[in-house]
Amino acid sequence: MSEKILEVKDLHVSFRTYAGVSHAVRGVDFYLNKGETLAIVGESGCGKTVTSKAIMGLLAASNTDIKKDGESAILFQGENLLNYGEKQMSQIRGKRISMIFQDPMTSLNPTMKIGDQIMESILIHQKVTKEEARKQALHMLELVKIPNAEERLKQYPFEFSGGMRQRAMIAVALACKPEILIADEPTTALDVTIQAQIMDLIGELQKELEMAVILVTHDLGVVASVADRIQVMYAGKIVERGTVKEIFYESTHPYTRALLNSVPKIHTNNKEVLYSLKGTPPDLINPPEGCSFAPRCEYGMMVCRKKYPEITRFSDSQECSCWLYHPKADTAGLPEGMIRRSVK
Amino acid sequence: MAEKDVLIEVKDLKKYFKVGKNAWLKAVDGVDFKIYKGETLGLVGESGCGKTTCGKTVMGLYDATGGQVIFEGTDIHSLNRKEKKEFTKRAQIIFQDPYSSLNPRMTVGDIIGEGIDIHNLYKGEERAEKINELLEMVGLNKEHASRFPHEFSGGQRQRIGIARALAVEPDFIVCDEPISALDVSIQAQVVNLLIELQEKKGLTYLFIAHDLSMVKHISDRVGVMYLGNMVEFAASDELYEHPIHPYTKALMSAIPIPDPDVEHEKKRIPIEGEIPSPINPKPGCRFAARCRYAKDICRQDTPKLVEVRTGHYAACHRAGELNDI
Repeated sequence: MSEKILEVKDLHVSFRTYAGVSHAVRGVDFYLNKGETLAIVGESGCGKTVTSKAIMGLLAASNTDIKKDGESAILFQGENLLNYGEKQMSQIRGKRISMIFQDPMTSLNPTMKIGDQIMESILIHQKVTKEEARKQALHMLELVKIPNAEERLKQYPFEFSGGMRQRAMIAVALACKPEILIADEPTTALDVTIQAQIMDLIGELQKELEMAVILVTHDLGVVASVADRIQVMYAGKIVERGTVKEIFYESTHPYTRALLNSVPKIHTNNKEVLYSLKGTPPDLINPPEGCSFAPRCEYGMMVCRKKYPEITRFSDSQECSCWLYHPKADTAGLPEGMIRRSVK
Repeated sequence: MAEKDVLIEVKDLKKYFKVGKNAWLKAVDGVDFKIYKGETLGLVGESGCGKTTCGKTVMGLYDATGGQVIFEGTDIHSLNRKEKKEFTKRAQIIFQDPYSSLNPRMTVGDIIGEGIDIHNLYKGEERAEKINELLEMVGLNKEHASRFPHEFSGGQRQRIGIARALAVEPDFIVCDEPISALDVSIQAQVVNLLIELQEKKGLTYLFIAHDLSMVKHISDRVGVMYLGNMVEFAASDELYEHPIHPYTKALMSAIPIPDPDVEHEKKRIPIEGEIPSPINPKPGCRFAARCRYAKDICRQDTPKLVEVRTGHYAACHRAGELNDI
């Protein structure tokens, strides 16, 4: 049995904005096993980045409310991170849980040499001399396959290309050999050939350091190649989760299917009409009652707009929140293979 | 079948930017292709390969350093002011970033109507009607005409960009990464719209993108660019099924396919390093430094595009041999 390293329970995050309170994350539960890759998939604004920043404790307290009472918790090896203060969090951040960001240009410090940026986290978290830290930094740069590492240590981020910067950022994140790496759209800003290199690199390092990885992305292709489990988010909630195969071949939620169908397959006919979702995601300041996907869902029923659906389980790993799987749902006239029998 | 009509012919097109004393950035360096009436020509390549510069030079937004862009018999870079204005009525462009390409201080109606006014196409009542018609055509409402761009989402803004391009009833549209900035479900909406409009109006597209699966989906023929050169050119199915150039092969194998079984079985052709600088490039094949099949000749002579199979061109000294690998 695999060991749970992180467990998120009933996470609620809301932002106070001029227009009102925006509920970016509305009750998210999930767990992460040791050494696995969990992908969080969804469109922009679905709350996937906010979820990962909440785990890291990176949301600005001045305009953010995270629910802390009741069931809500972020359990990292038994400790509730929501109760940690800034000082305690900084002991964990970068040392035991690390994060890499989408845009390597803005997340590296432009006025610091790459070597110093890697050494910074080593010096903060480990009791080593500067000389030792420099050696480790050099080793990290070699680990992420940056040529001429010795020279590169003394260079600034602007002297690096996009792919190189992302490698450098990975080196910073992994310098203290964390147990969890959160990769937030790590390759979105990169070209496909560079993307392939970076994803391979993350995979190799994951094996070597026995890390668990949370991969936040909207690119289903990347997910198919690296993830063990997938959870699909829509408007601040997880609508479906399962193993890679379950999601790609036996998905149950209409939103998951819509996402999968809207990308052209390399083997399908050209100029065929792509499946496309109507409308846009809801405004999270005034989220609709019931299932937030209902207004865009082609199978939407009356009940969908009234009440949020319960979770239906299909296997140990797969579950989905959709009224179509309720025993009383009217499934006549739905396409064949649409409804899977639920397993209780 | 009768010979298809050529709408645009690009001959040895070059666009260099001066970036310092004796330093030239060769963004587009001798590119040839033809676009037939009613087809979609896809242009793919990684960032910095010159595909956007190529599109803008074809549109006449950049002056060409050398070569010609022949639109219905005349070189668009030799046109005078009046003729150029006439050309802009025939050819339009849709930009990548729907946020920075719409004037934030103009209403959507005025943005779409600007082209109509410049070319004196419609006035008064008729103009308003035309704008409403265009808005409906791209899936927006006529109420949207009085709003400003910031009130719209990315996908809606891209629709406004498309309506603006269609306002002057062009024959040819350059689509410069029109979907890169959009979410997956919205991308499908915009691509479907572009295909639908093409069928209705017989438009010709030059579709530039780095999303290879989308390019394959929308294009009849596809050209692959690398560092300012066209390295391979073929019908889109042919190109994706039988790529010849080592760069195209590597590029194709790097596309992640949203299917776990395919992904796990797939053999990736690794490609080392990154795109070298396009400033004062070395002679020889631009890809030679990263190519595992490179021989001495590749580092000396720049290969020309040759027809390896019918309608399938590749610029590689070893195309003949590699064809079988």
